Amino acid sequence: MTGDLAAATAPMLRVDGVGKSFRGLKAVQAVSFEVPRRGIVALIGPNGAGKTTTFNLIAGAMRPDTGRVFLEGRDITGLRPDRICHAGIGRTFQLVKPFGELSVEDNVIVGALRGTHDVGAARRQSAKILALLGLDDKAGLPAHSLTLPDRKRLEVARALATQPKLLLLDEVMAGLRPMEVDRMVATLRSLNEETGMTILLIEHVMRAVMALSHWVVVLNYGEKICEGTPGEVTSDPRVLECYLGDEAL
Amino acid sequence: MSGVSENRVLAGSPSTGEAARGGLIADVPRRALILLGLFAALLLVAPATVGDYLLSVMILVLYYAYLGLAWNVMMGFAGQFSLGHALYIGLGGYTAGALFVHYGLPPWFGMVVGAAVAAVMGGVIGALGFRFGVKGVYFALLTIAFAEFTRILFDHWGWVGASSGLYLPVEYRDTDDLWLLRGSATMFYYVILAMTAGAFILCHWLLQRRVGYYWQAIREDQEAAQTLGIDVFRYKMIAVMLSAAMTAIGGVFYAFYYNNLYPETIFSMHRSIELMLGVIIGGIGTLFGPILGAIVLTTLGEMLTGLTEDLGLDGIKQMSYGVALLVIIVYRPGGLWPWLRRRLGLEKPR
Repeated sequence: MTGDLAAATAPMLRVDGVGKSFRGLKAVQAVSFEVPRRGIVALIGPNGAGKTTTFNLIAGAMRPDTGRVFLEGRDITGLRPDRICHAGIGRTFQLVKPFGELSVEDNVIVGALRGTHDVGAARRQSAKILALLGLDDKAGLPAHSLTLPDRKRLEVARALATQPKLLLLDEVMAGLRPMEVDRMVATLRSLNEETGMTILLIEHVMRAVMALSHWVVVLNYGEKICEGTPGEVTSDPRVLECYLGDEAL
Repeated sequence: MSGVSENRVLAGSPSTGEAARGGLIADVPRRALILLGLFAALLLVAPATVGDYLLSVMILVLYYAYLGLAWNVMMGFAGQFSLGHALYIGLGGYTAGALFVHYGLPPWFGMVVGAAVAAVMGGVIGALGFRFGVKGVYFALLTIAFAEFTRILFDHWGWVGASSGLYLPVEYRDTDDLWLLRGSATMFYYVILAMTAGAFILCHWLLQRRVGYYWQAIREDQEAAQTLGIDVFRYKMIAVMLSAAMTAIGGVFYAFYYNNLYPETIFSMHRSIELMLGVIIGGIGTLFGPILGAIVLTTLGEMLTGLTEDLGLDGIKQMSYGVALLVIIVYRPGGLWPWLRRRLGLEKPR
């Protein structure tokens, strides 16, 4: 009973002091932040700041050396990626990983089969998701024939098909034209508003970060340097310094 | 309460007017069904019209088609490379053969035991490889190692005849005994035809199930597959064990058709390579590729064997396999079947 209550009041995601080193190089150290239910949080920072590593620690692709990760209060630290998916986290890869020989539709069906054994039901569900991401006219094409922006969309579609509570998006706007960015932003926002899906995104496209996120966490050299609303963060001198260098100030 | 149930927009709502899919032939184009029916009819009536020699060639074609289908489950569907499938042929053949020779047990019983033995062996190899991250070529080397040391074991195991081989008693009979699998070439033809048809239908069915989608996802990108909730270890194990069991059943056929088993030949690397050549030529990962490949390769081999005897050119068969493989790799890297399928207009409507 108390467990249920704790789960109901806990944030969707709590990252508590996670750290990871590669051969002595500290890629991420003592990073903590929370993603509230139904929230959209952006993780930003210069290249090599440890954003993708943080994603890997959350999604189970790597086990953190230190710290814990909680999903709705449940400790999911170091679980295998497939277990984390079943726990309710869907993720996309910055370097897209389509199932190249499979059709676009079959790619999404694989994701949809997370929640059902029935391929027919998975196919119906994937049709809706493909329409949502604007990929329905390409459903029959082999995934390797897609352009990069479409592959990014496919990553999102496949992750959505697993029906996650929390969606981790790793630079899904990169390479999109401004109009396409706006469209993706609109899609994600409506998902968030209509289904209550919580989103944590890594993004360099500030246009998208500003338009989407309720809260921004900034990493630099593997450490969290500040967090706040998009407005606060973009005027914070520490953030400007890490992006532009201190001479610019 | 939970986010999962909140995401109704994304969940598949029941029946949106679309016809229910699924079933064995729902997704198959009509034209393909007709051609497949004609092909099956041709195979069914063949023994009545062809001579002894041609019948023996057709048995060989179906035998390699069957083995190719079995190997294809592991390599073509799940993307796990085995270079040691002769191991499972040998285990199946020897298990059923020895049970028949020593205890008079029918091959159908030996088939079940042999398939189980091979599945366990496949499971051991799979568990070792997948648990310790032995991948690709290194995994293939592991499969060769197991085939080789099993060959050496059988070479010294007196109960199965050691290196001088195991012989199944051949009695002359007027009638076909399907229960003990003793009889005419026509009977063996229909047995291997039924086995190949069964394997083909099984593969088609598996590809339409969740397991088929999961195997292909693992083949294409294991990391992405795992991120989508797939227990990759489990599904790779299913592929290896099923492929091993199917191959072992082919080995049982071999034992009862040829009536002799030598560790030197049945476990040889040569066999392992032979059974995958047809699949590569026909089209890895396709349903009909293993069958087409077996037809092409076996026919080629037989024609050239004839030529070799006439002209006294030894080894031309092996050389021609190499040439055939090179031609395919250069001109039809996906195999012959994807190309022929397009030519026949059998592509799925998109």
